[in-house]
Amino acid sequence: MSCCAASASLSVPGSAHRPDRSELLDASHDLGDGLVSTRLAVPDAHCAGCIAAIEKAVGGVEGVEDARVNLAGRFVTVKWPREAVDPEAVFAALDRAGYRSGLMDMAETGPDPVLRRLFIALAVAGFAAGNVMLLSVSVWSGADAATRDLFHWISAGIAVPAVAVAGRPFFAPALHALKAGRLNMDVPISLAVILAVALSLHETLTGGTHAYFDASVTLLFFLLIGRTLDHVMRSRAGAALRTLDRTTPRGAVVVAEDGSHTWTPIGDIVPGMTVFVASGDRVPVDGTIASRSVTVDLSIVTGESDPVVLTTGEIVVAGALVVEGPLDLTATRAATASFLGEMRSMLEAAETARPALSRLADRAAAVYAPAVHLVAAATFAGWLVAGDGLHHALTTAIAVLIITCPCALGLAAPIVQVVAAGRLLKSRILLRDGGALETLATVDRVVLDKTGTLTTPTVDRATLGGISEEARAVAAALSCQSRHPIARAIEAACAGGVAKVDGMREETGRGIEGTLAGRRWRLGRADWALDADALAALPEERRAWPVLSQDGALAATIQITDRPRPGADAAVAALKDLGLAPILLSGDGETKVAETARWLGLQDWSAGATPAGKIDAIRQMQADGHRVLMVGDGLNDAPALAAADVSMAPSAASDVSRSAASIVFLSEDMGALPSAIAVARMARRLILQNFGLAVLYNAIAIPLAIAGYATPLSAAIAMSASSVVVVANALRLALPDRAGGAVKRATPGSEAVTDLPPALGARA
Amino acid sequence: MNILAILIPAALVLGLIGLVAFLWALRSGQFEDLDGAAERILLPEDDRPNP
Repeated sequence: MSCCAASASLSVPGSAHRPDRSELLDASHDLGDGLVSTRLAVPDAHCAGCIAAIEKAVGGVEGVEDARVNLAGRFVTVKWPREAVDPEAVFAALDRAGYRSGLMDMAETGPDPVLRRLFIALAVAGFAAGNVMLLSVSVWSGADAATRDLFHWISAGIAVPAVAVAGRPFFAPALHALKAGRLNMDVPISLAVILAVALSLHETLTGGTHAYFDASVTLLFFLLIGRTLDHVMRSRAGAALRTLDRTTPRGAVVVAEDGSHTWTPIGDIVPGMTVFVASGDRVPVDGTIASRSVTVDLSIVTGESDPVVLTTGEIVVAGALVVEGPLDLTATRAATASFLGEMRSMLEAAETARPALSRLADRAAAVYAPAVHLVAAATFAGWLVAGDGLHHALTTAIAVLIITCPCALGLAAPIVQVVAAGRLLKSRILLRDGGALETLATVDRVVLDKTGTLTTPTVDRATLGGISEEARAVAAALSCQSRHPIARAIEAACAGGVAKVDGMREETGRGIEGTLAGRRWRLGRADWALDADALAALPEERRAWPVLSQDGALAATIQITDRPRPGADAAVAALKDLGLAPILLSGDGETKVAETARWLGLQDWSAGATPAGKIDAIRQMQADGHRVLMVGDGLNDAPALAAADVSMAPSAASDVSRSAASIVFLSEDMGALPSAIAVARMARRLILQNFGLAVLYNAIAIPLAIAGYATPLSAAIAMSASSVVVVANALRLALPDRAGGAVKRATPGSEAVTDLPPALGARA
Repeated sequence: MNILAILIPAALVLGLIGLVAFLWALRSGQFEDLDGAAERILLPEDDRPNP
């Protein structure tokens, strides 16, 4: 169950907020008989082992009658008698099991109502299509007049209520569009279905020979399949994203009068409270700056990407990102609306983002919809003028409406995306924005960051043996101020008691400093932390390592080992196989970057790159006509991630990098990188093929329909067949070893470590 | 043709049973955690339906 070793390190110091009993009861749902059910978020749950561990932990709490994990929603439903509700026991049980937990927001609980409606419509349409088709087949095989009329009546009895129920997902938007004076693709669909049903009813009442109930319900059934898949794809990306966001704190660290830090949920922060925000975190509430000047990135608010320096007393708004801090602010507004609004808009952007190719389909639909109506109307008028009678003219017009229904065209892109996203999700890769998949397919340059991306810095606990308990506690306190991967590694190695250090602040690229008992401690680069004498005394080869200093004197040197991320070398080899040119751009010193590049077999690398330098390099490549994929994780990579055409970040990246990246990979394994590109390329090929198929179908079928060779039924079958062909083509992406063929299995990281010469291990 | 009086209602009733069974499954929340259902087959002695 090692896969479930939930990261216990909450990024928030101090005790996490626990909702009290009344809060829990408020959020509970009354089941009657004195029982209530409560939903608790468990964002780290992700496998069968997690289900078992969580259900065992929660089920073992006294009074709990039942605990059931919902893996898709990442929550556990607890059923317990009202009087037995005990938040402390249940949260403690989850903590012991190693899972972070919290109360679910009321808004995000409950199943998706839209999907439910689509499912119901789909089931009804499927039932009706099957049964009406059975009856129709009997009629075509030559039933006598009395049986035919009876079957028409039965078909009408099934089809009319079925269309009324299953047609709603199309009728409602069509009505909307008409009211707004627009035409969308729901209008011809609704028109065709309603006209076909009306005509068939007329036939049935008058004892006519042809009824087209089958055509209308089959049409609805196939259209609903496409629509449901499209919806599942969208909401799936959204759900995964919501889970990611749930792991980020929904509150802030409030500094009490006595200087103690307490984690408080966002809703409990009232004006006047002092809130602490670490570097790399977003400002949770609007407030004024109480500490010294800080650098914040207001791009989310102003759209201006250059960070600005704000000084004491200035207003900082929720959503701003602290680039260089930490920051103490006095809350001026309790409202969480701005913060939540930002979160929500990010989610919505991801859910509604569509690749350029499907946007192309939308644009085509805007032209196509009026054209369909014109062609159908012209067909009707043409046959009427030709003197073929109202009935024949109407049937032909309906056939044209059905056959031109752009299902194949509409399905071409979304169905491929559904399959591709599902495949990526299986490899634990999340698409943050739909367009990323399409851009990823056209990428020809890959820029890689070193620290945190290709390598993970780790601190060997054994090498810390010699340092004093006080120094260790100070290092732990200082390192938890920063999100830098090295600080994270030091924090992990120095776990234990934390010293109460005051006035801590981070200097980007240098280190963190703070004071304890009147003495200034610094953790960071040797040339910054030490005074001249201490630096001169330090042996040359140890100057590249971070040090802990006390008033400029050396307290400890910390040995950092660069542990290659699992599969990094295999990933680079696979990228080359895909015909891409990976480039290593690192802020590190030349020797270490050269060493890593040699080990990975990279010819193209550059050391000492600043964030601005990385952007320049990317812009230069783009100016040369290349499409650039940037892979990075650190705060300093965020601008480069945003500048590249498409970007990827590991889920462990800082919040800002994660929100700048268009793709987030949850796995430790770098193999995610080439496999994502392979899937994207395959998806692009399939989308283009599907467009080709759809256009071909229309080019053949429309002239036949206008000429009157298609009845509404044969039109419905042809339309459905074209959709099935498109769907089947897309499903090829789900076949094993199609897109993944180029991706070699990554070598385990442990083997790779031993390959590394010790010299590579030392780094600043 | 009298056979039709039996076969058609029989076909319709069977179809309706399927439809009602699906709607019941949907209503009782069996489609709310498809990921969990896929993982739960790996757990021993856990075959309870969703509450």
